[in-house]
Amino acid sequence: MSVDINIKITDREGVVHEIQAPTDMAMNLMEVVRSYELAPEGTIGICGGMAMCASCQCYVHSDHELPEMSVDEDMMLAEAFYVEDNSRLGCQIQMTPALDGLEVELAPES
Amino acid sequence: MIKTDILIIGAGPTGLFAVFEAGLLKLKCHLIDALPQPGGQCSEIYPKKPIYDIPGYPEVLAGDLVDNLMKQIEPFEPTFTLGERAETIEKLDDGTFIVTTNKGTKHHAPIVAIAGGLGSFEPRKPPIQNLANYEDKGVEYIIRDPEVYRDKKVVIAGGGDSALDWSIFLTDVASEVTLVHRRTEFRGALDSVEKVQELKNLGKINLITPAEITGIHGENHVSGVEVTKKGEAPFTLETDHFIPLFGLAPKLGPIGDWGLEIEKNAIKVDNTLDYQTNIPGIYAIGDVNTYPGKLKLILCGFHEATLMCQSAYQRIFPDKKYVMKYTTVSGIDGFDGTRKEAPKAVVKAIN
Repeated sequence: MSVDINIKITDREGVVHEIQAPTDMAMNLMEVVRSYELAPEGTIGICGGMAMCASCQCYVHSDHELPEMSVDEDMMLAEAFYVEDNSRLGCQIQMTPALDGLEVELAPES
Repeated sequence: MIKTDILIIGAGPTGLFAVFEAGLLKLKCHLIDALPQPGGQCSEIYPKKPIYDIPGYPEVLAGDLVDNLMKQIEPFEPTFTLGERAETIEKLDDGTFIVTTNKGTKHHAPIVAIAGGLGSFEPRKPPIQNLANYEDKGVEYIIRDPEVYRDKKVVIAGGGDSALDWSIFLTDVASEVTLVHRRTEFRGALDSVEKVQELKNLGKINLITPAEITGIHGENHVSGVEVTKKGEAPFTLETDHFIPLFGLAPKLGPIGDWGLEIEKNAIKVDNTLDYQTNIPGIYAIGDVNTYPGKLKLILCGFHEATLMCQSAYQRIFPDKKYVMKYTTVSGIDGFDGTRKEAPKAVVKAIN
């Protein structure tokens, strides 16, 4: 049984990457981006995934139902830059089968 | 000029533990850190968060880990240059180094160990056009001397503790304090949030939410900022100072220009031997380095610090023979004259 999902990630240069993400490794979107090296190390996931730096901010373009925003994520986005209505922190989005077909774009580095 | 045996750049857990391992070899350490307190990310970003993979600790708060490390290295009397960023390095003819900070403090050592984590913490700057043109001309990211704002108009942006606390503090100093935040909610200590509410009700803080500063006006100095409330047309607010307080983010910074081999925003080191960089005498340990299979874990930093110290010893004393000793066997002789040792068993007849 395949546990990989297909997701489309637009990097900070505008290049679209269609990649497979495992759903059985407890990975979040920020970690997927790092594992495929779609953003330079040191510019993403700086706090390690604690919703405390916003370096993994992304814009969600598909209409998937995402996990509800925690207070930590919400307050971090309140202080982040380049925030849009569809902004989320990649580290707070766990890879699950329901997210097959997800389309996101990485927010600019700040 | 500060002189030491091993000059450690970065006072996070790896840098702090290096002091201990160096101390066992009777080497003195001095640490430089851009933050005003030791502990690096553990103190600055997540002091109240638990860590579960420190060997021997099923769970330890990051802040407590730093406190423990400070206690552990106390006998070796480390000294610190805090709140200053290591800016330049110069190699002297005798192979030793001089490291100078952004404030001009000079440090001289035969060994430099970079334990800089993800870099030095710098203020996060909002993406406003021309922002850089007004730096120190009315735009300040850090409040160094509140008296600068005496009887001036001040606009603060941000929604965390520092934005709240400085807004409160400056009401007694500035002629006008405006706090701008993208949300109506603030993330800070309850006391601070309530105090801002109170000062707002008294008309001492002009609160504009949800809004952002989207532009800056002024000839050679800030004279006003452009405020954009969500869904409304921007308007200009007269002010003498604009203080964006959006927290700190680490940047590799000047270390990136020291001629060290950089890969993936980290310093390449020889992990088959001693974590030395391409410049002999300069080592890189902890999250700041990279090598095949590198893991950015505190426990890996501890190991790297230990091997680095052994190599540093050999470099400083090439002719001396040294055999690693167990602390349980040899105890610990602090530079402060203290001694810790395992209790000796007594020999006594039982009749």
